Amino acid sequence: MKGSIATWMHKRPKLRLAALLAAPTLWLVVAYLGALGALLVTAFFTIDSFTGNIIAKFNLGNFHDMLTDPAYRNVVLRTLGIAISVTLICAVFAIPMAFFMAKIAKPRSQKILVALVLTPLWASYLVKIYAWRTMLEPNTGVMDWILGPIGIHSPGFGGPAIIIGLSYLWLPYMILPIYAGLERLPNSLLDASGDLGARNFYTFRRVILPLIFPSLVAGSMFTFSLTLGDYITAQIIGGKLQMLGNVVYQNFSINLPFAATIATIPVAIMAIYLWLVRRTGALASL
Amino acid sequence: MSLMGIGLAFIYVPLSVVVINSFNSSRTFSWPPSSFTTEWWSKAISNTGVRKALSWSLAAGFSATFIALLLGTSLAFAVSRYNFFGKDIISLLVVLPISLPGVVTGIALSNAFNQQLGLSTGLLTIVIGHATFCIVVVYNNALARLRRMGTSLQEASMDLGANGITTFRLITLPNLASALFAGGLLAFGLSFDEIVVTTFTAGPGIQTLPIWIYNNLFRPNQAPIVNVVAATLVVVSVIPIYLSQRLSQDSTSGGRF
Repeated sequence: MKGSIATWMHKRPKLRLAALLAAPTLWLVVAYLGALGALLVTAFFTIDSFTGNIIAKFNLGNFHDMLTDPAYRNVVLRTLGIAISVTLICAVFAIPMAFFMAKIAKPRSQKILVALVLTPLWASYLVKIYAWRTMLEPNTGVMDWILGPIGIHSPGFGGPAIIIGLSYLWLPYMILPIYAGLERLPNSLLDASGDLGARNFYTFRRVILPLIFPSLVAGSMFTFSLTLGDYITAQIIGGKLQMLGNVVYQNFSINLPFAATIATIPVAIMAIYLWLVRRTGALASL
Repeated sequence: MSLMGIGLAFIYVPLSVVVINSFNSSRTFSWPPSSFTTEWWSKAISNTGVRKALSWSLAAGFSATFIALLLGTSLAFAVSRYNFFGKDIISLLVVLPISLPGVVTGIALSNAFNQQLGLSTGLLTIVIGHATFCIVVVYNNALARLRRMGTSLQEASMDLGANGITTFRLITLPNLASALFAGGLLAFGLSFDEIVVTTFTAGPGIQTLPIWIYNNLFRPNQAPIVNVVAATLVVVSVIPIYLSQRLSQDSTSGGRF
């Protein structure tokens, strides 16, 4: 019996393919994409102010409110600013670390280093931010304990805290693509540059940086995208500051269509970013 | 070299602070801890809220991992062994749940559950949310391994007379096993820690462990127990994930990129 089923399947490769593809495609295309589509459609609906029910009529009211109200514009700009700062800080830390991992570390320790860097990446988001809350606590926190003797104080909760926390969270996302990119960089190029008389910084600026540019872009897509949608970090270490994600989260239960409208902003920004990035060819290193 | 050391320290210090703090005897967590105690750990274990949250997290984790293993592996087979219309689109689609901000995924799924499907929130909705991005993790691992494996062993086996099912059972599956194990570990870790999407898909009644932390974060009385739970999360997720990384060294990124 088993033999004939196997033979039957063997003669029909298309059926095998369909069987393999059916469930995942159904899940991803119908369920996930469908949910995203439904969200987009909902962004155009409004809420009946008495009953709180959703009026399923196509209307641009939400978008109009969102674009004209200065409060929302501020939130968007602030979130963008945070996203850019976080991306830059991650890049500054990630490049030397990735360089060490790719070029200087011994091959045996390379694997361990990669595992070490990657492991906290997957460790709980919430725990990491909670850890920073303990670190940043004014006066009694860990940062004050370590840096106090030098005279630096913890910035407390607020904008700088958000930036520090988010940079910490996304750093491994930046390290990895740069590491992969540097691994592909032949050492002979660096040797040649040195032989031709370039000093370290010059080599870095003119040889390494242009070659890892696609990796930097790949990493920045994660840091950007994740920062744009974040709402938990601001709540825990952001003090009173609001980010885009917070606005979505707050509106989620009271005015779902409006929350959907706001949610389209990060998606739109990422879409534009992705389109700009396609032209630099960075998508290959994703 | 020292920069690397500082970098690694920077990465691990906050996590170790959480673990150390769970033993801190001071109720307000003043640092440095003046003395240590295991009082909080025993309180946490006997806390019913924590125990319930733990069982929800475990249930969701295993279910989501199971689904992700099934769907991710079959998708990996499809993509590595066949050419078909829309192949590139599928590859992009698989990464989407993890690259879009969690808040978008969360609100989209929640909207679909409530408005379109009339599904009430519960374990099912949590699992659907988790499985959606766990698929890509298993998929990446399986795909990398399948590509490395090639089809020659399979073909040899069939030349020697084994049919498709036997070949799969005796040849393909054993070779794939460690990649699947690594992917599964990673998927479990992701699901266990997940909070961003889960706050939208869990609804008011159910708490997974991260949601429990989130709800109790600002209650000063619960603070010591929150620390213990957080420390547990660190340990419970770090170990399987480190194992998973070491197991899947053939793809440098181990499954996300």
